[in-house]
Amino acid sequence: MSILIDRDTRLVVQGITGREGEFHSLAMQAYGTNIVAGMTPGKGGQTALNGTVPVFDTVAEAVAETGANTSCIFVPAAGAPDAVLESVAAGLKTIFCITEGIPALDMIPVVEEVRLAGARLIGPNCPGATSPGKAKVGIIPGSIHREGRVGVVSRSGTLTYEAVQAMTDAGLGQSTCIGIGGDPVIGTQFLDVLQLFRDDPETEALVLIGEIGGAAEEEAAAWASEHLRDIPKVAFIAGRTAPEGKRMGHAGAIISGGSGTAASKVTALEAAGFRVAGSPTELPALLRTAGYRG
Amino acid sequence: MKIHEADAKALLVAQGLPVPPWEVARTPTQARAAAVKFLADPANATGKVVIKAQVLVGGRGKAGGVKLAGSADDAEDVAAQILALEIKGLPVRRVLVGPAAEIVTEYYLSVLLDRSTKRLMFIGSAEGGVEIEQVAKDNPGAIVYEHVDPLLGLPDYAARELAFKIGFGAHWKAGAAIAKGLLKTMLANDADLVEINPLAVISEHGAQGTPVERLVCLDAKITLDDSALARHPGHEALRDLDAEDPADVEARRYDLTFIKLDGDIGCMVNGAGLAMTTMDLVKRAGGEPANFLDIGGGAKSDRVAAAMRLILEDANVKAILVNIFGGITRGDEVARGLIEARAQQERDVPMVVRIVGTNAAEAAALLEAARFETAATLDEAAAKSVAAARGTAA
Repeated sequence: MSILIDRDTRLVVQGITGREGEFHSLAMQAYGTNIVAGMTPGKGGQTALNGTVPVFDTVAEAVAETGANTSCIFVPAAGAPDAVLESVAAGLKTIFCITEGIPALDMIPVVEEVRLAGARLIGPNCPGATSPGKAKVGIIPGSIHREGRVGVVSRSGTLTYEAVQAMTDAGLGQSTCIGIGGDPVIGTQFLDVLQLFRDDPETEALVLIGEIGGAAEEEAAAWASEHLRDIPKVAFIAGRTAPEGKRMGHAGAIISGGSGTAASKVTALEAAGFRVAGSPTELPALLRTAGYRG
Repeated sequence: MKIHEADAKALLVAQGLPVPPWEVARTPTQARAAAVKFLADPANATGKVVIKAQVLVGGRGKAGGVKLAGSADDAEDVAAQILALEIKGLPVRRVLVGPAAEIVTEYYLSVLLDRSTKRLMFIGSAEGGVEIEQVAKDNPGAIVYEHVDPLLGLPDYAARELAFKIGFGAHWKAGAAIAKGLLKTMLANDADLVEINPLAVISEHGAQGTPVERLVCLDAKITLDDSALARHPGHEALRDLDAEDPADVEARRYDLTFIKLDGDIGCMVNGAGLAMTTMDLVKRAGGEPANFLDIGGGAKSDRVAAAMRLILEDANVKAILVNIFGGITRGDEVARGLIEARAQQERDVPMVVRIVGTNAAEAAALLEAARFETAATLDEAAAKSVAAARGTAA
């Protein structure tokens, strides 16, 4: 098994005819993801990805015609919140929003609508997820993965790739790798993903990649200390040397008033039984030390 | 983006919030003229004016950037002193001049984005005028929290509830109206934070010279969401270019995220998390990063060249570490940009390049032909760059 996406994923890509949307859809398709539909208003009736995928004007139509059960959004920031709402309205329960640069206030009512509909939004401003050997949704390079049983969750993009590559190089395959996004308002937090991994029988170890700012790592650690006691788990926190009061690129990554520091996150994670690495390349060895034999 | 107190106050006034009058002065003479006006104002109960440095850092008062003056001469002198200050490295170019308030009670009220609940949240306290972080530490019970409904906003009853919980006494109606006004200001401007500290009951002279009390926003701090600046074209004028390095302006032009630091190893990375990690590993290897620089996703060679120029403008830089994990970004594009940039650069600084991921093999071939020093892992790259900065072999 895996979480969020697998062989049963039937993907509709919103913004499939755009430059980014098309490029990454081709990569997803090449990885084996079952892209059943594209959606671009005004381009209904056309096909995308070299004639292999029908394009619809609305998500509702795409769902009705193709049985799509998951969406991936490459719509520019101005239209992305609306794209999420359209997926929710069409009844989809798993929605990935890759788009970056969405104003934070725009996302507040959107994540509430997602919650009320009982759907799950991953992102925005996230790289997506891969369940190696089954499907990938988003922009994570497929080549870095290996099939296995380690669950990886991260707030970052390229840092996730770095950690996953290190795992793969060390022969440690992954069940699902997911990037939750670096924005202040995101649909799915570390805690939510840890809950999904706990309930996945094929995930036998965990890697959490956090960064400075906010309290999501601390919240996840508090939950893990109670509910994830027996599973080998390791973590890495980026930004140990970041100065206070400076926003380190991600809208979320800022230390203010002494809160959100790397030290507080490392302390909380260690107290919850995570072994915290000093470099992403140390994660595989640390996972072995933590007792993972996979 | 941070904006000045005076600009923040203007945004509050635009939403109908009560703010005592003020003027912005760039010279002691302008400050004098403003002081003359406010000293003659019959409502001014203290007979003094306050002169406040407009700089984008906290702790202005402690740094001597907030002072009172009782006469026009005095105001001119005080303004001259403050305009000559540099507060936490930032020169004071403007001062705010206003009537010095007769403060009866000080409160704290802010609205901000609460990331864990994904909602806006009010923070209020009857202990205003001091740092709220300090209140949170010393007397957490004195702080009131109220979340804003993501769909309904702040209905009247919730605003009243907040006002009663904070304890505005006779001024509860004004308190509730101000809470609603702060939220309106936040939504109208796509702010991350609207903070009033102090929100104060002040005493002014009424028509017959009798004291009249009212609740007003005495100070104001607003930060704007960078992602929303494009839909508020007027906000660009609020950017304080004095508070920015020329490098910041250049970085913005090329869509780079650049933060200058104090070390000597320049870093060029794609992705914010990886850029922070690269800094951490440089430090762990015994070096000091000179900057945080995220070239973003899908960077082409011209953006790479611009990033290289930014790094080299810092005279402290003794070595450069380039760390690229290609996803959307193509390694060969970055390699071409580096080769181009090195051909143009005037200063010869050792460079260690690590490019993995998309088109890494093509990148490796290009870099080898151009005789760049490369590294296979991030740890190796960090160690090599530290050695290069020290002029030793790794």
